Amino acid sequence: MAWIQLISNLAIPVMFVAIISYGIAVEVKVYDCFVEGAKEGLEVMIRILPPLVGLLVAIGVFRASGALELLTFALTPLTRIVRIPSEVMPLALMRPISGTASLALVTDLIKQYGPDSFIGRITSTMMGSTETTFYTLAVYFGAAGIKNVRHTILAALLADLTGIIVSVWICGFIFGWN
Amino acid sequence: MLNYIWAGMIVIAFVVAFFTGRIEETTKAALDSASTAVQMSIALLGIMCLWTGIMKICEKSGLIKVIAKVIKPLTKRLFPQVPHNSPAMGAIVMNMVANMMGLANAATPLGLKAMNELQKLNRYKDTASNAMCMFVVVNTASIQLIPATVIAIRSAESSNNPFEIIVTVWLTSLAAVFVGVTMAKIMGRNIKFGVWSVRRKKVSRKLDV
Repeated sequence: MAWIQLISNLAIPVMFVAIISYGIAVEVKVYDCFVEGAKEGLEVMIRILPPLVGLLVAIGVFRASGALELLTFALTPLTRIVRIPSEVMPLALMRPISGTASLALVTDLIKQYGPDSFIGRITSTMMGSTETTFYTLAVYFGAAGIKNVRHTILAALLADLTGIIVSVWICGFIFGWN
Repeated sequence: MLNYIWAGMIVIAFVVAFFTGRIEETTKAALDSASTAVQMSIALLGIMCLWTGIMKICEKSGLIKVIAKVIKPLTKRLFPQVPHNSPAMGAIVMNMVANMMGLANAATPLGLKAMNELQKLNRYKDTASNAMCMFVVVNTASIQLIPATVIAIRSAESSNNPFEIIVTVWLTSLAAVFVGVTMAKIMGRNIKFGVWSVRRKKVSRKLDV
């Protein structure tokens, strides 16, 4: 799987060079743009810090008290069917509901198990490849004034479920099942 | 919803802690987690700024418009009911590209514009058209070229290779989008399927756009 590593490693440098060169080519003040954008990044981080504190505290106490162990234990029969480690199940359940809460769970899982562990890789893949489904649904349909969303929820949740299961399988296939 | 989940987690945690005798550890975890949140934010801050900075160049230089042209044949197939050069199609394509590039700040307004344009084409104003369902499903499945936040967390936790998950993210996203789009296409054909709840009789076979 060396070529997969290669593509992963080249994705960012290629994008950096392509975006900056194109900017220079069409005579955009690339550095000024960069600074403006970086400021937006700062604003985003400031905005998510208070919810992140609240959610990480909730996850922290939930883990330390032993409640998380109870929950993952209860979910084990379900997860065994599709070979999902029960440790990542709380993330799978939270992902469609809240982006910041998922981010907090990802932070917690990667800290606990390490970024290069099987669970760390699954967590990363799951987080990167799914969206906050219910939030998107509420915002977009709310803005258009739609009351009956027909099959959207079912199709979107099936896509999420696919993302959750496939992220485990792909990680197992590429990095090994441990 | 998050209000209940958050409150539930904290209350359940302390009740469980009472029974497992871990009250002290649990209290300590609360304080530690609060400072972890701040440390983590600081660790992420640099990479997030770097990324949003680069992406601003992408936005300002009009590169996303160029990419939008490239993927247009694909969107024509996804949204056969939407006229090719309509403002609706323009907003849809731009939103999809912005999402791919991880430009969340640009993607949301474009997405809202797309929904409003689709609503103008929609025959039944309180019921989603097939194009709207497809658009939201594609949006919720999220194809991100560079999962910047995850990479930032991985490198903050000193991963040997923070980028190694890029390809696994692409493959997983493709699988999720494929399932979402296929399901939306199949269920979109069956008008009764999603319309049982509201105004079932009024929605005719011509529901689409």
